[in-house]
Amino acid sequence: MAQTVLHKANTRGHASHGWLNSYHSFSFSSYYNPERMNFGALRVLNDDTVDAGMGFGKHPHDNMEIISIPLEGDLEHKDSMNNVAVIKNGDIQAMSAGTGIYHSEYNADRTAPVKFLQIWVYPNKRNVEPRYDQITLNLEDRHNKLQQILSPNAGDAGVWIHQNAWFHLGKFDQGINTEYKIKSAGNGVYIFVLSGDVKINNQLLNTRDGYGIWDTEKFTITAETDAEFLLMEVPMKF
Amino acid sequence: MSKIQILAICRHPEILQTIIRLVNNNPDWNASGAITDEEAIATFTSQPFKLVLLGSGIEQDNEEKLKAAFKAHNPDVIIVEHYGGGSGLLFAEIFQGLEGR
Repeated sequence: MAQTVLHKANTRGHASHGWLNSYHSFSFSSYYNPERMNFGALRVLNDDTVDAGMGFGKHPHDNMEIISIPLEGDLEHKDSMNNVAVIKNGDIQAMSAGTGIYHSEYNADRTAPVKFLQIWVYPNKRNVEPRYDQITLNLEDRHNKLQQILSPNAGDAGVWIHQNAWFHLGKFDQGINTEYKIKSAGNGVYIFVLSGDVKINNQLLNTRDGYGIWDTEKFTITAETDAEFLLMEVPMKF
Repeated sequence: MSKIQILAICRHPEILQTIIRLVNNNPDWNASGAITDEEAIATFTSQPFKLVLLGSGIEQDNEEKLKAAFKAHNPDVIIVEHYGGGSGLLFAEIFQGLEGR
């Protein structure tokens, strides 16, 4: 029988630093909730809004797979591997921090805020060589179907990371439904609703709600309204 | 009340300094750092550490040797594998370790 966990949007941790408004689905920085540490290998799901021209100065990371998905606006990235890039809505960025990197992230726009998800997944191997990847996705490929945006395989659709994980985005019209089949036994899926209302089996989710489901082989997704959502399949034991 | 002593080990000097700075932001904690295994063991045996953070770049074999050496010296020491590099996970990792989770 499937096991589930529901994280309503208004129960997330929240930090407001003036230039940064961040909602944490799991314990992060000064938000510590022992009941909200992770969902399997998914450790961080931050829903960030950064003021125009502001951002995160140079800071380090190691041993973490870090995925950034811009939702609105442009995010400028610079790192110690000499990557300089701007990621925008429709792009996805993946970074394996491995043995250690430095990077900065700034809102490239001087007038409008940037909104983006920052997602951290525990790697399946410590101390890998740091790497960076960024691609532009075709937004039509998620209209009323699931678009794979991340996998463990370099030759597969989307970016890849050092973990047995698959991410999909969907932008469904009201009434559209589909079935998701777990790709790897022992994995679970954390669903995060970007906008609208979605049902996972019989569980109704609203904007920015999170819902984990595991010990199941499949589940159904139904758009109760026009809706956008992110599915993150990750190992529950890692 | 005396501070909780925490030893952070990380091969990357700048990340180690970040970890130490962040740990020391908590007034109840005091961090020491080491880059090499020799330095780590010498530091560990010089004062009573409650918790050890194993950061990036430590090879698997060395990590096992360090854990064995620390446990031999102090069986109650809490050893935590640190992920993220002096990041937003650090406090939660330490709290979890101290709470025995």
